[in-house]
Amino acid sequence: MHGTRSETMNVLEVEDLAYSFGRNFALRDVTFVVAAGSFSVLLGPNGAGKTTLMSLITRLYDSREGKIRIDGYDLRTQTSQALSRTGVVFQQPTLDLDLTVRQNLYYHASLHGMSRRQTTERINEELNRLEMLERAGEKVRNLNGGHRRRMEIARALLHQPRFLLLDEPTVGLDVPSRQAIVNHVHALCRTSDIAVLWATHLIDEVFDDDRIIVLHEGRIPAQGTVTKVNRVAGGQTIAESFNRLTGRVSE
Amino acid sequence: MSPVHYARCFNGILRREALRFLQQRERFVAALVRPLVWLLIFAAGFRSVLGVSIVPPYETYILYEVYITPGLIGMIQLFNGMQSSLSMVYDREMGSMKTLLVSPLPRWYLLLCKLLAGTFVSILQVYTFLAVAWFFEIDAPLYGYIALMPALVLTGMMLGALGLLLSSLIRQLENFAGVMNFVIFPMFFLSSALYPVWRLRESSPLLADIAMFNPFTHAVETIRFAFAGQINWESLIVSASVLVVFITLAIIGYNPARGTLSRKAGGPA
Repeated sequence: MHGTRSETMNVLEVEDLAYSFGRNFALRDVTFVVAAGSFSVLLGPNGAGKTTLMSLITRLYDSREGKIRIDGYDLRTQTSQALSRTGVVFQQPTLDLDLTVRQNLYYHASLHGMSRRQTTERINEELNRLEMLERAGEKVRNLNGGHRRRMEIARALLHQPRFLLLDEPTVGLDVPSRQAIVNHVHALCRTSDIAVLWATHLIDEVFDDDRIIVLHEGRIPAQGTVTKVNRVAGGQTIAESFNRLTGRVSE
Repeated sequence: MSPVHYARCFNGILRREALRFLQQRERFVAALVRPLVWLLIFAAGFRSVLGVSIVPPYETYILYEVYITPGLIGMIQLFNGMQSSLSMVYDREMGSMKTLLVSPLPRWYLLLCKLLAGTFVSILQVYTFLAVAWFFEIDAPLYGYIALMPALVLTGMMLGALGLLLSSLIRQLENFAGVMNFVIFPMFFLSSALYPVWRLRESSPLLADIAMFNPFTHAVETIRFAFAGQINWESLIVSASVLVVFITLAIIGYNPARGTLSRKAGGPA
């Protein structure tokens, strides 16, 4: 282990992060925190750099500029500790369609080195919470889009992370499924002391008491509570503020 | 992370690969039919055209079918290595690569597990192929079947590592056909899989020299000698060295600091 863990109330700390693809800056001066147990929305239009930022936080990419700490562990030097505290739901579906729900979940748990017994317990807990225990033996192919997404969220929680990262998790879902997932993760955040960072470009996924990090062209023009972002942007609603901050015409 | 965690991780990756293999019947059938077509049709047709004189490890004249069997075993592993490694970088599968790489275990270990698991699948394919071939009188002494196992681990890892390396280097692979044309076919035809290198030398010394530099030739010869219950030290050492080089380069290729994954993404999204 390199260095020590820094004591903090923040589950995620991103400091002066920058990233570029060749000569094009994708992110610049990105600084924000996600407090323990809080729900933060990374709000940005398509192409703002959300997926790049998510890839840096999950260390799929690496940046020499800036720092990322997860639960006090430096992502670059204490990668293992940092990643073991993180649960990730990617934008693209990542379940094996031909395997059963349970087989998919076992695979994930093994990647975190969990024991068979512990895994079985956790799978039953998470599936119970989703009221999907009786479908554990079904192939993922037979589940609808909304259920698949829920499975991916359950999978990301198996190893009991402190921090859950979701990259546009409602893409491709119909409106009722989308709403159900948004409500589900908000409820999760409230009931099980887990911090959430939710990336989206959809305003209606924001709840009034969420914290917001607006990302536009690789920078953060405003962040904080809904009230604070509205004050900074001078909008009446978060939709109006978002449009002002990202240079969109108000609808 | 203790050794127990590492072992559980390997176990999980291996299980997934085996389950996927058993679920994807088409892939299994294709993996079996491809070499059988070569063995039962191509080899039968060319038996009289391509006479093979006595070459080590064979001690007598052999049927052409017997000669190309090790080459076809190599082909199974070559296809499997390309498929299991390269499939990860296609859009459809990119997600599963990401899922693997966000595991808290070190990346080199995850890639190694993935390689071993893919090799295990290729070995299942090879022995199934040999079981079918046995009915067509392609057989070896029992110790040949046993000696083949460690050789297959080595050659399967080497060819899988090549796939992994290519997946980290090549930014865009439109589809598997590209890999077939630019990697699999040249490697297969410019090797000792279908004809001995000396035979190739008669037509073109240059091509024969290239074949001797082709790692696939050494994979096939390692397999050929093992199946005959012998060891070809030269090919064995070359295959092992190439394996080390390919794995090292593939691990460097997947180092996040080098940004292979980000280059593949092709810019901000």
